[in-house]
Amino acid sequence: MNPVDIAAAANENLAEFSNLLIRSAMAVYALAFVAHIVEWVFGSRSRVARTAAALTAGGAGRTGAAGRAGTAGVSVTVRTGGGTDVLERPEVVTRSASGRRADVPDGPGAAGGDEKGDLYGRIAVSLTVLAFLLHFAAVLTRALSVQRAPWGNMYEFSTAFSMVAAGAYLGFLAARKNVRWIGLPLVTTVLLDLGLAIVVLYTESDQLVPALDSYWMWIHVSLAIVCGALFYLGAVSTLMYLFRDRYEARLEAGGKPGAFATSVLERLPSAASLDGFAYRINAAVFPFWTFTIIAGAIWAENAWGRYWGWDPKEVWSFITWVAYACYLHARSTAGWKGRRAAYLALIAFACFLFNYYGVNIFFNGLHSYGGV
Amino acid sequence: MSDIDSTTAPGRTPDTDEADAARAGAQLSTAPLDDAERDARRPPGQAVPGSFAGERRPGGLGAAAWYARETAGWARWFWRQLTSMRVALILLFLLSLTAIPGSLIPQSGVDAFRVEDFKRRHETLAPVYEKLQLFDVYGSVWFSAVYILLFVSLIGCIVPRTWQFAGQLRSRPPRAPRRLTRMPAHTAWRTDAEPEEVLSAARSLLRGRRFRTAGPDASASGGSVAAEKGYLREVGNLVFHISLIVMLLAFAAGQLWKSEGGKLVVQGDGFSNTLVSYDDFSSGSLHDPDGLDPFGFVLEDFRATFERTGPQRGTPRTFRADVSYWEGADGPEKKGVIDVNHPLRVGDSKVHLIGHGYAPVVTVTDGQGDVAFRGPVPFLPQDGNITSTGVIKVTDYRDGDGERDQLGFQGIFTPTYGIDAVRGPHSTFPALDYPVLSLNAFHGDLGLDSGIPQNVYQLDTDKMEQFKAEDGDLFRADLRPGESVELPDGAGTLTFDRVEEWASFQISQEPGEGWALAGAIAAVLGLAGSLFVQRRRVWVRAERGEDGTTVVEMAGLGRSESARVPEELGDLALALRAGAPPAAGRDAAERTTAGKTADAPDATEGAGPSSRGENQ
Ligand code: HEM
Repeated sequence: MNPVDIAAAANENLAEFSNLLIRSAMAVYALAFVAHIVEWVFGSRSRVARTAAALTAGGAGRTGAAGRAGTAGVSVTVRTGGGTDVLERPEVVTRSASGRRADVPDGPGAAGGDEKGDLYGRIAVSLTVLAFLLHFAAVLTRALSVQRAPWGNMYEFSTAFSMVAAGAYLGFLAARKNVRWIGLPLVTTVLLDLGLAIVVLYTESDQLVPALDSYWMWIHVSLAIVCGALFYLGAVSTLMYLFRDRYEARLEAGGKPGAFATSVLERLPSAASLDGFAYRINAAVFPFWTFTIIAGAIWAENAWGRYWGWDPKEVWSFITWVAYACYLHARSTAGWKGRRAAYLALIAFACFLFNYYGVNIFFNGLHSYGGV
Repeated sequence: MSDIDSTTAPGRTPDTDEADAARAGAQLSTAPLDDAERDARRPPGQAVPGSFAGERRPGGLGAAAWYARETAGWARWFWRQLTSMRVALILLFLLSLTAIPGSLIPQSGVDAFRVEDFKRRHETLAPVYEKLQLFDVYGSVWFSAVYILLFVSLIGCIVPRTWQFAGQLRSRPPRAPRRLTRMPAHTAWRTDAEPEEVLSAARSLLRGRRFRTAGPDASASGGSVAAEKGYLREVGNLVFHISLIVMLLAFAAGQLWKSEGGKLVVQGDGFSNTLVSYDDFSSGSLHDPDGLDPFGFVLEDFRATFERTGPQRGTPRTFRADVSYWEGADGPEKKGVIDVNHPLRVGDSKVHLIGHGYAPVVTVTDGQGDVAFRGPVPFLPQDGNITSTGVIKVTDYRDGDGERDQLGFQGIFTPTYGIDAVRGPHSTFPALDYPVLSLNAFHGDLGLDSGIPQNVYQLDTDKMEQFKAEDGDLFRADLRPGESVELPDGAGTLTFDRVEEWASFQISQEPGEGWALAGAIAAVLGLAGSLFVQRRRVWVRAERGEDGTTVVEMAGLGRSESARVPEELGDLALALRAGAPPAAGRDAAERTTAGKTADAPDATEGAGPSSRGENQ
């Protein structure tokens, strides 16, 4: 065997190994999925209707134009200087502006405060961590096997996409954000995405066509993946916001939502929290998405001699971008806040998805190197 | 714009506390008010419902004045609508909707061939589409209308906001509202330090944290300091919207002044940048043909490599053109490399590598044994394995009898020859592994003198006769490099000498690219400022209480509710307490009038009410 063949064989082995790792990751994600299901099932035993209580008990107090005071008493001990004196961090009282159901408490999470449920939830998260590590290793070995950025075709894009989504979720968890409720939808999506990747989109590990071989690929494609994964988390939160908002509105109007809706939605964060989380993600990602498109334009300028040519992929990136701009505008336009803005956010994410799957599969533009 | 704004209309609320609190939040952004808010702010009784002009005086003059007022009223109304946030939102939405058809229907600006194909296949639909400009969506009247309206709206929005913002920068942060407890974040404690001490400490603390401060405003028993920070948000937002305009103008300029042309160059040949050298050329309506950058280049070498194994066998891996080029009429020669992602830049022009193929080099001798033609003939690739077709036209030719005639060859070139029943001869790999040139031969009139421009890659055989072999079948030759074939009846010979490669280049000049890039970068930076910076106000009040100690109150207000405002207020209070420590034992009592303290375990996220807001 000459050295080139040996190297090729080694790469092939690595690629095989990567495939194995993806399958192992899927197995572990599947276990996490089961654990999450168990968590939700145990959680359904709890019957604390905190939302209804907050909404009805607060009814009288909320007549004041400025709304009721909420509080966020914070008592953190802070060490100052190098010395020993311990200062009591002052308590800051917060109050929300008038109008909305701003002071509905967040739900207790999927486990619903149930201890056993919580245990399974923790198991699910641990399994997700393990699966994520396997997933990460799979993407890494794939990259090593092709000796380039591991996002050159739809298979690689999909595996990287769900890896970043899982990573971002775990990152939020590590930062102690209230996101554990996302666990089940996230793991489900990751499983579907990986399944689709290995069954339908699979492409042998290989080199790139010359047009893709550029450092702009690292910047443009990796950013697109990260933006997509975060937009996904935003979209899940938006969707849940819509359900939860309807639920709260019903309770407020004195209605009685169905048992299943109550059981599930009662455990989610409040509509206001969900909406806020979604907004913060979408708003924070928007500048990066803008930059992704610009990086793509620069790359197109290098590769094709024009920075913008209304290729289907470019059209849909533009549409996605405008749709998110719409959403951001809606958030700051009276009469468009809340549900209407949320619909716009979902439309925007649908555009993103379509730009990825739809355009690669249905159109043949310059960008159609998806390997399908 | 936020809830805070919507409660601010002065004069609407009889409650003075309300008005006071509202003033504290006024002008915290430059976002335009919505109609309801604007109406609420306008003094009542201004216009007759349904009319802007009010009462109409009798007589011609009265009518004229009335119509003038009415027109102005409508114009103002229309302008207000156009520049309102709601219409901007609708226009944005329309923009994304109207962009969709361009991705579904082939666009003549993107791929003219597919448009032709589409027209052929949809004979009834195509004229309708044509009328609706659906083959040129991004240049269509309706798409242009949407984005032009959007940009007019944008300008109508930016200009007043910029003025307003300039005004805000010159005025001082509003003084502390009477009841700081009404603000979204509030904290208080008692201390033994003097009010003046506390206030000056607060002022330098806030200044140190780059707040703009005003005060202290003295009152009978103490005073207050007002501070504001985060103006970068507004700056960023204005910069972003202005950059959008810059980008649009740059894009438009590019379309009007650009030029773009293609040129196919065989290895060893050259190109000089003049209009006549192009194979095809197109330019924007304002392009000046004399403005082409003077330069030229020679294609020294072209190399392509292809994947040899695996399922993607045959996919190109590298393309690389080595050129030597010169600037000006006779500048010094320089070496350069053009590959797919690396155009050659000369002056304002860029030379992109966009295609490649093979050019068989053939020699044709005529019936007299003289060389009638010699040279490379570029063949055009028809598939991924570079099965190529081309024609050889020989004009300067005499047949065996010495009569003037013309020859034409129609051929298929396959870099790696293969043949099967379905496709006939075709290439099985794009590299030159087993090159074969297959030809049919014609003689007669090539039709070059007819005055009709001819495609060099097509043979018009109307006035030509195909050579027949001795056995009566049509003549046909399959040649390997170095081989020759005798044409029937002593009509001459054709030798396939060797194969050269050719590359095709796109030479383009597009002014405004620098502006587009600058606009894009400014847009991203502006956007980051606009979305990551939070504009907020902080007030500190220190007054001597009845028991002789000083009551320090602090409050914070963001443009929208955010968990960061209370957090920052906590930090500031902590810092201020270093110089004004709480008087022992009395801290808790002084907490707030706002009531109960619920347990919220998490400082950043737990603040249920706070997370309602926008912005981090
Ligand atoms: C070309 C299309 C436009 C795009 C892509 C765009 C995009 C954006 C984005 C991304 C933001 C940030 C949102 C935020 O701060 O939460 C924003 C804010 C804003 N835009 Fe636009 N915009 C466009 C046109 C307009 C027009 C025509 C107007 C005028 C009516 C306008 C007025 C505003 C205002 C007032 C804000 C600030 C809102 C706030 O402070 O909350 N924009 N825009």
